[in-house]
Amino acid sequence: MEAINRFLAHLGRPIVHFLIHLYRLGAMVNGTLRWTFVEPFRGKPLRYRAIVAQSVRFGWDSVLIVSVISFSIGLILAMQAADQLKPFGAEIYVANLVSVSLTRELGPMMTAIIIAGRGGSAIAAEIGTMKVAEELDALQTMGLNPLGFLVVPRFLAMLIMLPALSLIADVVGIFGAYLFSLSALQINSVRFLDQVANALVLKDVITGFIKAIVFAGIIASIGCYQGFIVKGGAEGVGKSTTNSVVISIFLIIAADVIFTALFYSTL
Amino acid sequence: MPKEAIIQINELVTHYGKRQVLHGINLEVHHGEILVILGRSGCGKSTLLRHMIGLAKPTSGSIKIKNSDITKLNEDEMVPTLRKIGMLFQGAALFNSMTVGENVALPLREHTQLQESTIRIMTRMKLESVELSGFEDFSPAQLSGGMKKRAGLARAIAMDPEILFCDEPSAGLDPVVAMGIDQLILKLQRAFKMTIVVVTHELASVFTIADRIAMLHDGKIIAHGTPDELKASSDPVITQFLNRIADENEINSEQYLKLLVNEDPN
Repeated sequence: MEAINRFLAHLGRPIVHFLIHLYRLGAMVNGTLRWTFVEPFRGKPLRYRAIVAQSVRFGWDSVLIVSVISFSIGLILAMQAADQLKPFGAEIYVANLVSVSLTRELGPMMTAIIIAGRGGSAIAAEIGTMKVAEELDALQTMGLNPLGFLVVPRFLAMLIMLPALSLIADVVGIFGAYLFSLSALQINSVRFLDQVANALVLKDVITGFIKAIVFAGIIASIGCYQGFIVKGGAEGVGKSTTNSVVISIFLIIAADVIFTALFYSTL
Repeated sequence: MPKEAIIQINELVTHYGKRQVLHGINLEVHHGEILVILGRSGCGKSTLLRHMIGLAKPTSGSIKIKNSDITKLNEDEMVPTLRKIGMLFQGAALFNSMTVGENVALPLREHTQLQESTIRIMTRMKLESVELSGFEDFSPAQLSGGMKKRAGLARAIAMDPEILFCDEPSAGLDPVVAMGIDQLILKLQRAFKMTIVVVTHELASVFTIADRIAMLHDGKIIAHGTPDELKASSDPVITQFLNRIADENEINSEQYLKLLVNEDPN
């Protein structure tokens, strides 16, 4: 009997902790939505300058790394596809395969993973350090809400920049496949672009866009939340930063599975 | 000195989890005085301070600042009270992403409709009053410990608060710099007629600045009065603290043995 009790306690504690975290995360997201959509109409305007500054940080500063990685992915996809399609003489379909899989899937996902590592971790480290240094308390004693002051600008910047970056990733990735097709498959430029234009429909772009927005929400909320729950000093900040990346990437992939299944069955 | 109370704390009880930290605190802070809350590490003095500035909510009891009970206010209702108080944190808590000047200007930018040029002048004046003029464009990371504290003080007084709270103002500073901070606190009280509440365990600092002392021990206020009254006290806890006598460890050999073999000593 005691063994069963101990086993249940062992099982129950992580579950209770998980539910507590889930509840607090929900409360934070709820507060963030209130500070984004309700408080601005009650005389507490959005901080446009902060939103721009954060957008530059997450967006502009990541353009190069996102481009390099998605260019490589476009190239890899094109090579792998060409290898499989060659026996059928269907190399031209490289254009279809690369453009559709990039816009629907790999563009938003790879961008999200890069930004989770670059931006999400930065958010967690920054807010965590502020908590350790009592800066969050200082904000509160000045009558400034940390959600409105810190979280909302990061949230909005993420929501704007991640879709934009994944669009860049799509274009650059297709460009990688285009260069490969042009040089190695001797497909002429017009045919390739025509094929891409025929393959891509609005639906592909929209599903990619929806995914990017969801991923942005995941990265920003996990990053901020991990920052707020930092305990202890530098060690706590390090732990939360790592957690923010691991949890974000896990949730991004999990959300991707769900959304892909949903779009697959309905659209 | 007028004995009008600006802060009234009534039967304040608070818990961290199941552990009771404050056991029914009753305390009054009078208008224009410097009250020092004195106590050993872990006696609950920082917790008490956090409650006084609304960063924590008590289990029961009330804290009235200028007759409004802050334990019953929500975040929005708290803002007018927060504008009347300033807080100097132990580590100064300057925002590292901003310059010193932006730190001091932040409350003015957020809570007033002043022109940018006026804000700049006021920022300079506040920095001047803590002897940091010319440091507006420095980042907090470039300042020494004492300068950070003074910049934190400038930010705390940016809105001309009626009450200033200081958490361990001289902690981690050398005696000369610490004395400088004490002098600054005295100057602020005299020049702006501020009410100042200081939490500390630095004896040297206490007797320089305190008008009144409240001694906190194990979550209870065991004495309060003027520095001279406390010096004259015969309470063993107070004399131990004021005379810097270490705790005596009474070792009961039988209990110690039981502790070592991990049996419940009781």
